[in-house]
Formats: sequence, C-alpha cells, structure tokens
Amino acid sequence: MIAIFAAVLHRELRLAATAKTEWLMPLFFYVIVVTLFGLGAKPNDPQLAEFAPAILWVGALLAALLTLERLFRADHEDGTLEQIFLGTQPVTLVVAAKLFAHWLLTGLPLALLAAPLSAALGFSSVAIPALVAGLALGTPVLTLIGGFASALTVGLPRAGVLLPLLVLPLVTPVVIFGAGAARVAQSGLDVTAPLYFLAAILVLGLTLLPWATAAALRNAFE
Amino acid sequence: MPILEAKALTVTRGNRPLVSDLSFALAAGEVLHLRGSNGAGKTSLLEVLSGLRSVASGTMAPEPEGGRLHWLGHKNALNLALTPVENLEFWCGLNGRAAHGLVPVLEKLGVAKVRHRPCRTLSAGQKRRSALARLLLDQRPLWLLDEPLDGLDAQGLELFAELLKAHLQNGGAAIITSHQPLPAGVPGVRELQLA
Repeated sequence: MIAIFAAVLHRELRLAATAKTEWLMPLFFYVIVVTLFGLGAKPNDPQLAEFAPAILWVGALLAALLTLERLFRADHEDGTLEQIFLGTQPVTLVVAAKLFAHWLLTGLPLALLAAPLSAALGFSSVAIPALVAGLALGTPVLTLIGGFASALTVGLPRAGVLLPLLVLPLVTPVVIFGAGAARVAQSGLDVTAPLYFLAAILVLGLTLLPWATAAALRNAFE
Repeated sequence: MPILEAKALTVTRGNRPLVSDLSFALAAGEVLHLRGSNGAGKTSLLEVLSGLRSVASGTMAPEPEGGRLHWLGHKNALNLALTPVENLEFWCGLNGRAAHGLVPVLEKLGVAKVRHRPCRTLSAGQKRRSALARLLLDQRPLWLLDEPLDGLDAQGLELFAELLKAHLQNGGAAIITSHQPLPAGVPGVRELQLA
C-alpha cells in the first residue's frame, strides 16, 4: 500500500521536475494578484489590512484553480488512466496519492507564500501563523473538491469555465472559516474555533472524496 | 476450462447497440482476430472484455479482473514528458511489481537505446514498442490488443509475431483487432467478423 503511494508520488514529482512552469505559474499568479490589490488601493490605507484575509484567501483559491483542469486530463488523454483502472492496486489509493502530490506542489507552496505576501497588504504580523495554518488546512480541501470536480469533467472535450463553477460554490465554507480565522487573529482573539472547523471539513473531505473521485473517473470510460 | 467465455454479449455505446448477442469461447493457445469496418464496435467490445466499460447484457466467464489480462488500447499509456523507463517503472508500481526486468525487455523490443529520452521525442513505432513492453513485464494469460500493429515497421511486425507465438506456447490467448492481416506463422488464429 505504501509502495503504490510512493510510486505515484515519485511519478508526479518527476513530472513536476520536467514541467516546472506547471507548478510555478500558480505561485506567480498569486503574487501578481495580491500585489495588484496592494497597488490598486490608496497608499497606506489601513482598510486594506482589514480586507487582507479575504484577498489572500481568494487569491490562493483562484491560483489553485488554475492547475485543477490538468489534474487527470493528461492521464485520460494518453491512456494512463486505463492502466490505472486495470492495475492490481486499489484505484482510490492511486487517486489519493495523486491528490496528495497536487497539494504538495500547489497548496503547500501557496500557503507558505501567503506569509510574505501578507506584508504587502499591511496584514498584522502576529496573525500570520493563523493565516498560514488556515491555508494549510484549507488548501487540501480545495485539492480534494477540485480533484472530484476535475474527475467529473475529465471526459468532456473542454471543461473550461465549468470547473470553477463546480468548485467555487463548494469551497465557500472553507473561505468563510479560513478568512475568519485570519480576521479574528488580527483582532487578537482566539483562533482555535475556526481552525477546528477547517480541520473538520478537511477530515470529512478526506473520508469521502478520494472514493467519489475514483468513481467519477470510472464513469469517464462509459 | 477456456481462458475466456462470452455468452450473448451485447455492447452499447450510449443508446446505440454496436454488438448484439455475441458468443465465443477462447481456449489456451488461441488468437481471436476481430475484424469489422470502422465503427463496428471492435474497440468497445475489447473495452468491455477488459472490464473498462460495463456490459449491457450477457456474461463473461471469468469476470474481467486486473492482473489476469493485459490491455493495450490505441493509446499507448505513455506520458510524453517522461521517458519509457519512467513510464514503465510507474506501471510496474501500479501492479505491485519490481521493475528490475525492465532493461532486458526494452532491449528485446529494440528500444533500449532511446529508453532515457522523453516519449515526446520518440517515433510512433518506438512508442508502440515501449507500450508492448508491458506484455513481457508481467505474465498474464489473456492479451487484449487494440490495433497493436499500428506504427510498427517490418522488423516490428516480426518481433510482435515472435512475442505472440511465445505467449501462445506458454498457454496464453489473445484477442486482437487489426485492419491489416496478422503476421504469418502465428498458429491458432480464428477470425471473427463484426457486422
């Protein structure tokens, strides 16, 4: 079981090493979006800091969305998905490993990048741990929900705008609690409640979505 | 006991029936050559036999199961950014196998020289040969091959005939779709014409 997880992870990291733009692009996108918010606001506007949690969260979300369409599409097009389904190992495990690799290459870097970017918006530095912790719990949920949506649309010729329309409404609770955690931390209050909510959503996603994603992928052959 | 026995198989694509009421039995050492015009349902039938596509009605015995059959579709299942070795190592991982026999197999198929080049830079025939390597990496009784001769040169055809003969001698069986005749000298070939 660990061997199959390692095999998938190894392949995804190799792919990432050959196509660096694939995972660097969302990070650049994130930097640009957040910087544009800073430049678009009035210089030294204290209100910007109040909007910072929402900006940092929505920016990370949109950046992660950019990569979702490619998650299973290449494997579907070149036939690898067929071999995954005809292999002797459980498909759910392969799917889970792929999702973990996706989070490692997009979600985690985005969460870490939020810390330096928050300074550009005048976000209070004592609240940075809560922001990063929230993103570290929230980005895997994005990967899980996005993975499910991209599995549903993998058989379509072009998912295009359908994918964001499927994913964005589903991640609303993550944004509410994630940005909420950053906001209460900024005003010096206790952040454990919203972080626990995020963790609960993550656990729910982890228990349901890898199975649902595997089932949706199987549907792509019909 | 036959390697595969299909009874009253019906294959549909959407609501359109493609193959209806097809029965056949495949014994060890036999090759079934599926023929039929474009759109007759050869690929869909193979997908059903492999278990990728669900069957509309009818039965297969034994039920398709990963690890008992090899499936080579018209897609090679090679990621173009990775090399043949990297692709096949991943495939071995998917099937819980060690990848130590990889280099001799690639040598046998004549693609050992290009094994560290990204698949994007390989010719169609070299990609096909790399995909065929899977047949040798794991011994499985049933081969389901969709147009396996696509892109192969004369030498490649000879090589394929050799692999197939060895497989049949070891008690295997194969179902192959191909628009061109199968290489001469392969014993036990039956033709099945799909209307």
